[in-house]
Amino acid sequence: MTAGGAGRASRPPAIGPEQVRHVARLARLELGDEELSRFTSQLASVLDYAAELAELDVEELEPMSHPLPLRNVLREDEPSPQVERDEVLAEAPAAESGRFRVPRILSEER
Amino acid sequence: MSPSALELAGAVRSGERSAREVVEGSLRAIAGGDHAIHAFLEVLADRALADADRVDAAVAAGSDPGALAGVPVALKDNLCTRGVPTTCSSRILAGWRPPYDATVVERLRAAGAVIVGKTNMDEFAMGSSTENSCSGPSRNPHDHGRVPGGSSGGSAAAVAAGFVPLSLGSDTGGSIRQPAAFCGVVGMKPTYGLVSRYGLVAFASSLDQVGPLGATVADVAATFEVIAGHDARDSTSLRAPAPDILASVGEGVVGKRIGLVTELVDGVDHEVAARVREAAEAMTAAGASVEEVSIPQFRYGLAAYYLIAPAEASSNLARFDGVRYGLRVEAPDVAAMNVATRTAGFGAEVKRRIMLGTYALSAGYYDAYYARAQRVRTLVSDGFAYAYAKFDALLGATTPTTAFALGEHTEDPLSMYLSDTCTVPASLAGHPAISVPFGTDRAGLPVGIQAMAPALGEATLFALAGALERAAPGAAGGDR
Amino acid sequence: MSETSAPAGWELVVGLEVHCELATRTKLFCGCPNAFGAEPNTNVCPVCLGLPGSLPVLNRRAVELAMRIGAALHAEIAPSVFHRKYYFYPDMPKDFQISQYDAPINRGGRLELPDGLVVGIERAHLVEDTGKTTHVGGTGRIGGADYALVDYNRAGVPLVEIVSAPDIRSAAQARAYAGELRAILVATGSSDGRMEEGSMRVDANVSVRRPGAPFGTRCEIKNLNSMRSLGRAIEFEAARQAEVLEGGGTVTQQTRHWDEDRGVTLPMRSKEEADDYRYFPEPDLVPLAPDGRWQAEVAASIEPLPAERRAALHRLVGGEPTPAQADQVRSVVASDLDTLVVAACERGAPAPLALVRAANEVAADLTRAPDLDPDAFAKLLMLEGSGELSASQSKAVLAELLVGGGDPAEVARRLGFEPMDRGALDEVIAQVIAEHPEDWARFVAGEDKLKGPLIGAVRRATDNQADPAAVARHLDGLRAARA
Ligand SMILES: [Mg+2]
Ligand SMILES: [Zn+2]
Repeated sequence: MTAGGAGRASRPPAIGPEQVRHVARLARLELGDEELSRFTSQLASVLDYAAELAELDVEELEPMSHPLPLRNVLREDEPSPQVERDEVLAEAPAAESGRFRVPRILSEER
Repeated sequence: MSPSALELAGAVRSGERSAREVVEGSLRAIAGGDHAIHAFLEVLADRALADADRVDAAVAAGSDPGALAGVPVALKDNLCTRGVPTTCSSRILAGWRPPYDATVVERLRAAGAVIVGKTNMDEFAMGSSTENSCSGPSRNPHDHGRVPGGSSGGSAAAVAAGFVPLSLGSDTGGSIRQPAAFCGVVGMKPTYGLVSRYGLVAFASSLDQVGPLGATVADVAATFEVIAGHDARDSTSLRAPAPDILASVGEGVVGKRIGLVTELVDGVDHEVAARVREAAEAMTAAGASVEEVSIPQFRYGLAAYYLIAPAEASSNLARFDGVRYGLRVEAPDVAAMNVATRTAGFGAEVKRRIMLGTYALSAGYYDAYYARAQRVRTLVSDGFAYAYAKFDALLGATTPTTAFALGEHTEDPLSMYLSDTCTVPASLAGHPAISVPFGTDRAGLPVGIQAMAPALGEATLFALAGALERAAPGAAGGDR
Repeated sequence: MSETSAPAGWELVVGLEVHCELATRTKLFCGCPNAFGAEPNTNVCPVCLGLPGSLPVLNRRAVELAMRIGAALHAEIAPSVFHRKYYFYPDMPKDFQISQYDAPINRGGRLELPDGLVVGIERAHLVEDTGKTTHVGGTGRIGGADYALVDYNRAGVPLVEIVSAPDIRSAAQARAYAGELRAILVATGSSDGRMEEGSMRVDANVSVRRPGAPFGTRCEIKNLNSMRSLGRAIEFEAARQAEVLEGGGTVTQQTRHWDEDRGVTLPMRSKEEADDYRYFPEPDLVPLAPDGRWQAEVAASIEPLPAERRAALHRLVGGEPTPAQADQVRSVVASDLDTLVVAACERGAPAPLALVRAANEVAADLTRAPDLDPDAFAKLLMLEGSGELSASQSKAVLAELLVGGGDPAEVARRLGFEPMDRGALDEVIAQVIAEHPEDWARFVAGEDKLKGPLIGAVRRATDNQADPAAVARHLDGLRAARA
């Protein structure tokens, strides 16, 4: 096992409350003050544990995003059954005229 | 001892017992005992009896009722069941009735199995104790003050308590094997791609696999045969020919080269380690050649796993936004509604992992965390490749300890995550692995031995598992 | 079309992102119909609704159509990977979009416009479409409505996003680029290219700079749904940026949207995390790596492209085409009338005349054009070419042929057109030459401007019966004989 060497990355900086607040916003979650401080210390301890990976010389290795060597998995352009609209809309929190109803959208920001 | 799934199926197929009678027995056991265990979120008595009657009708008509005819099965609640609530033990999916069945559910039913209920789990399969459930924890049938493990804790407890002979769970980093070990049952994670994920609510897509839990290795092998096989609805499904797995259970390990992974022995509780060494000796006695092997890369598996899995989860769980299904907390505009719904709908552990994963993928941190973890995933796989050049299969502990007490790790997520350290390597590599009960600790709590094999090495895996089961203390009329 | 859409002293720099819907039967990752105009939420399934537990499986036809586009744009068809792009909005069922990021299926390439300008192509990648939101109550518009309704029929429809290099320098070029790209999409069968149905949508990246200066800061104008708004939006945005800069300000990089009614671009509200898309490889799909054989099959399946077809017409005319002829060639190919023109020429019709009539009269009646008999068309063109029918008579006969078919000579008789006798015309011309000896001498010496007065004299002498084009050809012929 190689540790250190040219590929060693510097240890990422510790996570603080502002970053946790930012990440929560990205994830569409809201945190109370008490939650924020608890999550901050918990995430910091997990990330600190994960930071040991920075010690490893792995830059030469291919990132593995998948356990399988599969390529070109394709389906033919043939129709397959749909689901009944009523069955799907029955599960929706709100529906109207065959569509899902949501509160007003304030901006086109996606 | 209650009859095995295969014995029940045999009796139903021959007409010796009716499926209705078998299913009624299971429903009675659940009604009589689940208040203390809370393995089930939902029991489907009427449906199960109707399905049992259909099996009986098939038997009466002389048509093949399937390999698992009349066998009561429990499903982890992250497997979609058409018209039946599928909640992942989350408030955000409370009451959601999918308009479709998971592929594994279709296959079980086609094999004559009868689904009797949906089992409790850690919310969205995130956890190792089933304490992260919006409907409260399940309890270990061996000691009600202890956890059944997780996240498939309800499925493991349902088998251990004798409610059902079989259940399905899902394993992302150990979520079948760890609860199987804690509950003293057999639990198997297949090679990634052998069992369809279609209809399994995703936690971490590149790691998730559905697998069986049961009281015996043969039952688990038979169930695996039923659920495995190519599915065109899952792009990561393999077209591998299905090997005759059930036959391999009795094959034995004569001449097999087995590696005892020192990282999965030295780092664990000494009583667990003692059982693992006994198991290794037993395999030598059974005709295998067992040697110690160190795979130092395993040390980094857990850290890589706790970046990769949350990253994928943060994306998989984005869709729970209050628009199309499940919970909605009303708010004046859609963005506020999204936030209010997710904030109220997800439990603390799910939020932690979503935030961890979001962080690992976010601008400026991707390379330091996510990309690096993916390279470490390659490193762990390389470690396996090195070991499998010398060995047919590997042995080690399934868990660092036996079942811990309820509440023991809930305040310290990292200490809970460490419970997955032995199971995570095979998950990262996508290899098959199984936990087989092998004795107990001094407190009488079950110990699980983990066997691992290379990708598509299920035949070898089940041969080793069968040998472990036959050698286990108390097996074949022993002291159990 | 104005070629000077940049404000004085500024150079306009434009790159276009064109999203086109592929002409598949089913969606990109599921078997739901890819169809326009169905009842809301009827073309949906667990996959395109993003229901928990559902998984995508890639449509082979969509991949092939993307490869056709790549081949037509001279791109490199490369091994590619799908990524998830974070996209939190009610029209996106999974709240992420499956797209291609750093490994797109088509890399590099170029598109040659009819006027010869070559625009670089950076990439053309596969991506899924979103659903459709409708704003209800209040102002009925985003921000001011009471609530919104979502239809996912379009969610998961396959798109190819074609990203150009910033090689475009005017609104007119931008429109020409979009038009040529549309012609290629249609010619390759990849897309119907209908902007009005949203099959083709354009985002424009616009910046201005002093000529020779480095690129300025750009703004992206989203969702331009017609050629007209594309041109107007670019011109407005260039003027706006120039004004900001001339006032000593700086242009802020932002996404803007085009308000068609007011004719202005407006900033879309931007949050600090707007650009954090958190791309990562889609774990539910496997990489795509079309092999050489598959690529060759796709390349072989492509019909001749507009540029080739235009070149063929140019060869038919011969020599350097006039600007008017170049326009006619473009219009004939755009209207798919080139086979008609070629067929008429093969039957002896003069190519320049065939182009003019096809580009104008036939193109104006495209619903009937497919029924026009090439034999009759050729015969008519020969009557006009020889001067037996005047231009206006020929157009009238052509109109009849388009409606009811028939023999052009008979139709002309029915319409009462007495074909002017060739001998009679020769006589009149000889007479006019005799009456205008000085004009004739100068014309023969090479003064072309005297052709007009001579033709006018012939027309007056025939009560406007003689066809000017035919007279011109006679005069040219007589001059050539004298030279
Ligand atoms: Mg764009
Ligand atoms: Zn669909």
